Amino acid sequence: MSGSVVYLYFALTTIGLDPERIASGIPRGIEFLRGFFWPDFWTRRSDILTGVIESLSMTLVSTVVGVALSIPVAIGAARNFSHPVVYGICRGIITITRTFPEVMIAIFFVVMLGFGPFAGVVTLVIATVGFLGKLLAEEIENCSMEQIEAIRATGASLPKVIIFGLAPQVFPRLVGLSMYRLDINFRESAIIGVVGAGGIGATLNTTFSRYEFSSAAAILLIIIGIVLLTENISGFIRKRLI
Amino acid sequence: MPVTDEKNLKVWQRRTPTAKLLHWAGWCIFLVLVLLCWRQVSEQTLWVFLTDAHKQAWDMGGRMIPPRWSYMGSLWIPLWDTLNIATLGTLAAVVLGTPLAFLAARNTSPHPVIRQVALFLIVASRSINTLIWAILFVVVFGPGVMAGVLAITMRSVGFIGKLLYESIEEISNSPVEAIRAVGGSPPQVLTYGIVPQVLPAFVGISVFRWDINIRESTIVGLVGAGGIGLQLDASVNALLWSQVSLILLLVFTLVLFSEWLSAVIRKSVT
Repeated sequence: MSGSVVYLYFALTTIGLDPERIASGIPRGIEFLRGFFWPDFWTRRSDILTGVIESLSMTLVSTVVGVALSIPVAIGAARNFSHPVVYGICRGIITITRTFPEVMIAIFFVVMLGFGPFAGVVTLVIATVGFLGKLLAEEIENCSMEQIEAIRATGASLPKVIIFGLAPQVFPRLVGLSMYRLDINFRESAIIGVVGAGGIGATLNTTFSRYEFSSAAAILLIIIGIVLLTENISGFIRKRLI
Repeated sequence: MPVTDEKNLKVWQRRTPTAKLLHWAGWCIFLVLVLLCWRQVSEQTLWVFLTDAHKQAWDMGGRMIPPRWSYMGSLWIPLWDTLNIATLGTLAAVVLGTPLAFLAARNTSPHPVIRQVALFLIVASRSINTLIWAILFVVVFGPGVMAGVLAITMRSVGFIGKLLYESIEEISNSPVEAIRAVGGSPPQVLTYGIVPQVLPAFVGISVFRWDINIRESTIVGLVGAGGIGLQLDASVNALLWSQVSLILLLVFTLVLFSEWLSAVIRKSVT
């Protein structure tokens, strides 16, 4: 207990507040809050529209590609299905892709592939593979082996075992997880633009650097709206499928 | 299940012909949508940059190895800041999020209107990413640890609030009624009937969020909100890849450590 008090003391001293800077910042903060009550959708409408469409496109493409790539990784990372060596490799892929935040991965792809949405798509694909690979592998490990044994006993090859023994058991969960990831990818696509990977995040960052708070507020409101919408749609689809 | 008759041989099928058609149409529309989106992405991309991507990657990889170990000396303080941003942010979020969760849970909320307000606050906090909160607080408070702590707090309040209010709604009502039946006042009902039931979930959620926040606190520095992200941003901008690889290694270790610690704590409470 006393240890945590000591920690708290030392941690709080690192914060380092500069009263003058805060005093000058507060009017800007108020201006920003005012922007929320009078959001300006109109002045930058074409930039905002392009950004939103770009973000949505990045989201869909990266989710589809990411899901497709994550299926083999997940099967490889499921202990009951895979060879120990393949298992090790696939788990390694999952750990590395899951550890780093999306924005950090995006920095590298922006350097490697240049500015623009393609770097963002690659980033999101990698993040999707890590996320879905892990959760789907857990799902496969929890599968009932009886059905799989039954298919195997008829002399089916590995692809057939996967299609007829495994897929029916994990499919609903796969769809649910993919919808969930679609949500997350949209949220992420809204921020990886901050480091130059395209989408509405790039537009948002520009409005912030120009101190156009009412446009920034408008973009944030649009992001919140789309997030709520996708959350509800994906929740609805998940409920119907499972 | 639809059956078609072919030369006295009954063939079972999974779907009726109309359902099959609709199914295919659905997949076709989906495919077209994906391709349209791909075209959108591809139009905004300068493909020329990709021709030398492998060279860039190779070059970058070459400069990253070996990491510049001597840089470690100036990374301890940012590392300490990163840890503090995550921990203080989580603590503040727990303090703010817990009452919010009790206001938002159907069985503990004092009034439906208050419940709706609490739910809205939770959604608003969750919808805005930590990095965006960080941009906002850097504008108000200036670059530094403070902006990072507040950004983490604002994002985590919604997370903790949502998961906690869901677990409050799931509690069993019998202990609550029992306390009420012996004449317990509302605070007593809360302390003896509700809190013991949600305590394990509460600890689990807080530790889980702390684990996520460690990851987030490594990036808030990219927009100036303190922590190791500042050093990362500076090194990337200066193209000092041997420093970047050292920072990445450090982040990797930190994240693995926090994941391990949170798993241990969560296992001990549940």
